[in-house]
Amino acid sequence: MGGIVQFDNVGLRYGTGAETLSDISFTLAPGTFHILTGPSGAGKTSLLKLLYLAQRPSRGLIRLFGEDIVTMPRARLPGFRRRIGVVFQDFRLVPYLSAYDNVALPLRVAGVSEKELDGPVREMLAWVGLANRATARPATLSGGEQQRVAIARAVIGRPELLVADEPTGNVDPEMAGRLIHLFDALNKLGTTIVVATHDIHLIGRVAHAQMMRLDRGRIADPTGALRHPPSRPAA
Amino acid sequence: MKLFVPFAESRLMPDTRLAGPMPWVIAIMMFLMVLAAASGLALAQAARAMGGDLAHRATIQVVEANADIREAQARAALAMLARHPAVADAKRVTDAEIAALLEPWLGGEAMGGDLPVPALIDVTLRPGNDADRLAPALAKAAPAARIDDHAQALAPLTGLLAALKWLAAALVVLMAAATTAVVVLTARGALTSHRATIDVMHLLGATDLQIARLFQRRIAIDAFAGGLLGLAGAIAVVVLLGVRLAALGSELVGSLTLAWWGWALLAALPVAGMLLAMFAARWTVIAALRRIL
Repeated sequence: MGGIVQFDNVGLRYGTGAETLSDISFTLAPGTFHILTGPSGAGKTSLLKLLYLAQRPSRGLIRLFGEDIVTMPRARLPGFRRRIGVVFQDFRLVPYLSAYDNVALPLRVAGVSEKELDGPVREMLAWVGLANRATARPATLSGGEQQRVAIARAVIGRPELLVADEPTGNVDPEMAGRLIHLFDALNKLGTTIVVATHDIHLIGRVAHAQMMRLDRGRIADPTGALRHPPSRPAA
Repeated sequence: MKLFVPFAESRLMPDTRLAGPMPWVIAIMMFLMVLAAASGLALAQAARAMGGDLAHRATIQVVEANADIREAQARAALAMLARHPAVADAKRVTDAEIAALLEPWLGGEAMGGDLPVPALIDVTLRPGNDADRLAPALAKAAPAARIDDHAQALAPLTGLLAALKWLAAALVVLMAAATTAVVVLTARGALTSHRATIDVMHLLGATDLQIARLFQRRIAIDAFAGGLLGLAGAIAVVVLLGVRLAALGSELVGSLTLAWWGWALLAALPVAGMLLAMFAARWTVIAALRRIL
């Protein structure tokens, strides 16, 4: 055991429709890097929603950081969400906050003082190449710049689990390489990373990444490695 | 319980002041609420003054056509009243005072002619006594005397004042309820327009209370600003009305005044309005957030 994320026969149904996700079972070991692929409509975003606690499953068991989050009282969820970084496909930046304030948002929510958060926020903005755009509002940023702000916001709190939905969809190959390097560096510091992507170049760039493939709401795990992963990350 | 947000959290929402209709609606509500409260307090004060000054007073009339008998009975009645334990003070109304009272109706010659005018005695009763206690002794001392009890005469007026006082209180409560409804609707509207931001904050780990504090802070400031505006307008009207009422010079209307604590209560209404708005916003936002994960 010892997985940071554990899904056991998880199913997800919206309303009374058919199941979007069915019989999902896998375990993610701490410090591993996973790339989630699959055709459009396969259920990747739904699976990520379960991972970043935007949704509870219709059935099955999900354990996160060793605790059952399906039956967990609602009041305890914020504490768990602060341990997860999320890069949304549509960025979800707060429109009336500057790039700086958007990146600082998770730290402010966590109660970090202005004095303590200033250095890390500026460093992170420099990392994603937006040091000179700190005061810009999202509406004045390009799609790629917005995506980099979203990524900076997701990683600023050094999360234990990073969930990213198409994080390199709007950036050029060079910036995509920098971002993947950032994810890789974070992963080496112990963060478990799950990236949903269609980008085949990205798949090849992280040598030690484990593949997860979703097809029509079911996870393909022919070798059983996802259900019973090795205890150490693959080199 | 933390009511106000620290600086860092306060920067999570846009700081637009007096941007929507809510502060202006609250200003109007507060204006009406202060006027209703001022009316209620002034009426209560008037009722108290009337109870204190007039209700313990009675007038004794000696109605006798024969002037000598009338005068003898008036003197006997005055002597009896001076000894009676229920009486604090008894004073004969002078002929000049009676003439002044009658002059508007009968002209200046009323006291000098053949018209029999009753002898009048003003009586102030000790607290806890009513004029009926005087009746047996008065019947012996002055058989032609009859008692006009001011408390009985004023009963319909004091009843009306009490009813108006409660009506004013009911209006204040209704206005407070309407203000709460405005705040609830505003908070719901703000929740809808900031839904995307709230979702993001939730997913970043913000608690319901953190989000609710952002809304309650904005709404409290808007409510306080609107409340102060309404209070200023209402106080101006109250002062103006006070000046006009004082100019009438009437004893009854002149008793419509506000004590210092009445003014303090009116000044506290915007603060009470702000607290009410804050808790209404907090309750609304938390109730709405509980419906989402």
